[in-house]
Amino acid sequence: MPHVDLRSSSKLKAARYRSGRPWLLASAFIAALVATPVLALVWQALEGSSGLWPHLLAYVLPQALMQTGMLLVGVGVLVTLLGTSTAWLVTAYDFHGRRLLEWALLLPLAVPTYIVAYAYLDLLHPIGWIQGAIRAAFGYASPRDFRLPDIRSMAGCIVLLGFVLYPYVYLTTRAMFLTQAANLVEVSRTLGSGKGRVFWRVALPLARPAIAVGVSLALMEALNDIGASEFLGVKTLTVSIYTTWVTRSDLPGAAQIALAMLTLVVALVTMERWARRRQRYWSSAQRSRSFTPHRLGTATGLTAFALGLLPVFIGFVAPASYLVVEAWKRFRFAGLSSRLFSETLNTVILSATATLAILLFGVVIAYAARSLPGRITAALQRISTVGYAMPGTVLAIGILVPVAALDRMIDRIALEWLGASTGLLLIGSGAALGYAYVARFLAIAVGSVEAGFSRIPRSFDHAARSLGQNVTGIFQHIHLPLSKPTLVAAGLLVFVDCMKELPATLLLRPLNFETLATHLYGEAARGTYEEASVAALAIVLVGVLPVIVLARIGRWKS
Amino acid sequence: MKTISALRLALLGSVFALANGAGAMAAELNIYTTREPGLIQPLLDAFTASSGVKVNTVFLKDGLAERVASEGESSVADILMTVDVGNLADLAEKGLTQPVKSDALKAAVPENLRDPADNWFALSMRARVLYAAKGIDLASFNYENLADPKWKGKICIRSGQHPYNTALFADYIAHHGAEATEAWLAAVKGNLARKAGGGDRDVAKDILGGICDIGIANSYYVGLMRSGKGGEEQVAWGNAIKVILPTFEDGGTQVNISGAAIAKHAPNKDEAVKLLEYLVSDGAQKLYAEANYEYPVKAGAAIDPIIASFGELKVDPVQMTEIVKHRKQASELAEKVGFDN
Repeated sequence: MPHVDLRSSSKLKAARYRSGRPWLLASAFIAALVATPVLALVWQALEGSSGLWPHLLAYVLPQALMQTGMLLVGVGVLVTLLGTSTAWLVTAYDFHGRRLLEWALLLPLAVPTYIVAYAYLDLLHPIGWIQGAIRAAFGYASPRDFRLPDIRSMAGCIVLLGFVLYPYVYLTTRAMFLTQAANLVEVSRTLGSGKGRVFWRVALPLARPAIAVGVSLALMEALNDIGASEFLGVKTLTVSIYTTWVTRSDLPGAAQIALAMLTLVVALVTMERWARRRQRYWSSAQRSRSFTPHRLGTATGLTAFALGLLPVFIGFVAPASYLVVEAWKRFRFAGLSSRLFSETLNTVILSATATLAILLFGVVIAYAARSLPGRITAALQRISTVGYAMPGTVLAIGILVPVAALDRMIDRIALEWLGASTGLLLIGSGAALGYAYVARFLAIAVGSVEAGFSRIPRSFDHAARSLGQNVTGIFQHIHLPLSKPTLVAAGLLVFVDCMKELPATLLLRPLNFETLATHLYGEAARGTYEEASVAALAIVLVGVLPVIVLARIGRWKS
Repeated sequence: MKTISALRLALLGSVFALANGAGAMAAELNIYTTREPGLIQPLLDAFTASSGVKVNTVFLKDGLAERVASEGESSVADILMTVDVGNLADLAEKGLTQPVKSDALKAAVPENLRDPADNWFALSMRARVLYAAKGIDLASFNYENLADPKWKGKICIRSGQHPYNTALFADYIAHHGAEATEAWLAAVKGNLARKAGGGDRDVAKDILGGICDIGIANSYYVGLMRSGKGGEEQVAWGNAIKVILPTFEDGGTQVNISGAAIAKHAPNKDEAVKLLEYLVSDGAQKLYAEANYEYPVKAGAAIDPIIASFGELKVDPVQMTEIVKHRKQASELAEKVGFDN
């Protein structure tokens, strides 16, 4: 049989690009959507002077960079440790309660960082019940005689964020262990490698891209977080951006810092990719065998289960129980707020709609990058993920400016042609808000879908192509059916994130429109925290459902 | 792509009521506010009942000015409400407001609590007061005393970048100049028992928790805590402290305001002015102040007994406009001394 190298045949290549053109155009459109707010910020930044920088460089940035760096390194190390070890634990070993752990480990995803921080501040405060119990046990009368160290510190912030954000790493790494690593691990086992060696020499290096994706998701969340770090007194760059904008009413200055931060993030991500540049990962077309986990004895199994349960307890069970208790107190005190139902509905519908759009866009970007590999699609892919690296409020401002301009234009045209004002169509209908979610969370969808596609062997594409399928056909017959579980997983992740989103939602929502998160913020701002606890609990409950579904489809086999 | 976007719009449009001032059927009024609508809802309901004007609110956190500015002449905002004089002055400086000629407003709101050009008006006042542990023997207090070494490791306060503190520091600059303020801030920073941060209520909670002995916070939180509106635990926080109205050595107690302005492109200006006039009427001032335990701006309006128990408020004579001028410098000085680090 004569060997035909499909890839070097220029005719075929040209044909491929012709059929791929709609994908390319759609990608370009989506990347432009995400790039627009960033460009709007550049424009804002240019409006300002550079007069702010001497002050920033002298008094603000050294400290902010230090704090941000410490936070990111700390959270990065912690989520890597927690996420990778728990993923390996439930994949490589079998013990009582493993099935439960498999999905329970994802639960902290459902709890927004600002809620966790608030819960722990209250739980661990000197007058909270934990320290109260300790004092009672040791016979101290007053908190003035004995206190634990204050949680409002860098260390406290790192630990809290780490225990809430590790599921990003757990999710991505576990998928890798289950599919990619299985064959190779089996091989190394047959070749006589010990369990420890298999993990360090085979599984971990293989999982590195997955870990990198998970860690960067977690770090973006940490970087974007304003609530938790504000509660815990950590002054990150994001906090400096806020100060410059809100306290000194200097939006151009804030945009300048935000762009500097964005540059930093892009540099970090690029460096990580560059460090992996020589590594190549291929999926073979052989059916991946599922992992045969190593069965543990009763005592060891119990220990493993307890260890695996620890992050679930810290990241979910404790804060969620706190919310249940607080919400119950409130419920008995004041009943349920009638707004809660409509807010839940608003939250779910808005998040679901945005999620669908984000998934669709994510698929387009990731598939264009796969089927038409080259500089253009790679660049479009990078651009489409840039919104995730900006603080939510700053990004929202970047959206507000162009969207409102468009709104004004529509309004003028309508007045001119129809003689009626449309008002603010895009902001008033919530479309601006949907746009903000797309710009912010597209990175999650692109990342997950890309990872899902990378598990589909290239030989499938080649085979389909030689059977006469064009780019779109290959997508329909190969990628779409094979990556359904990935799509559902990505969708759930995005949905939960949309639901938790606060800063952009606050800025861009229409009149008389509240979501659970904005309600929570409003109550917290008033200091009626118990009322807020009901909304917080609702967010967690709505968030837990998709997380459980997410866990159910986690065991994907090609 | 197009169909999807259209579909999305249709979906969203069917779910959300269009916030649309066009073809107003009944009289309506739109408020953009950084003040939680829950606090003023009873007043708005009363206004609707008496005037028949329906009031819509959108509660924003940051970016009120940016949102109104970018909505431009299509904006449906009639009234802009904020809880810090700096934010109000900002709106006026950015040309997002319009002057209001209303004798009723001028008569009710004292001169130092409104814009000389009539762009904004205070609706209520709150004082920056001292919370002290019950056991601390203090009869009076000056803001200057916060720098006294005897309070080393004993003071709690929220972030130096929060507008409430920025306004206090700006007032300090107005009294003593920038250099003295910087030295004072550095000394106060050295006296902190914990990092500057959290909220004003945390000052009371931390005094109860033995973390600090004194702290600076807003007056109305005491009412919110002691009244039980924030739940039983907060009653304990509120009762763990005593409240002193501090003064500047050469002045009075620093107050900040909540206030409102009419948006430049307000589609319902007449109704908006009516609402503002209603908010400074005797009955509304009483309700407005009681709802959040604030001081009314109108002389003679009733104060909640919890707030009255602090003693007589002697408002610092420095003009609000003067405080606004020093705001940026105050924020920068706080950064310079590393107040929040």
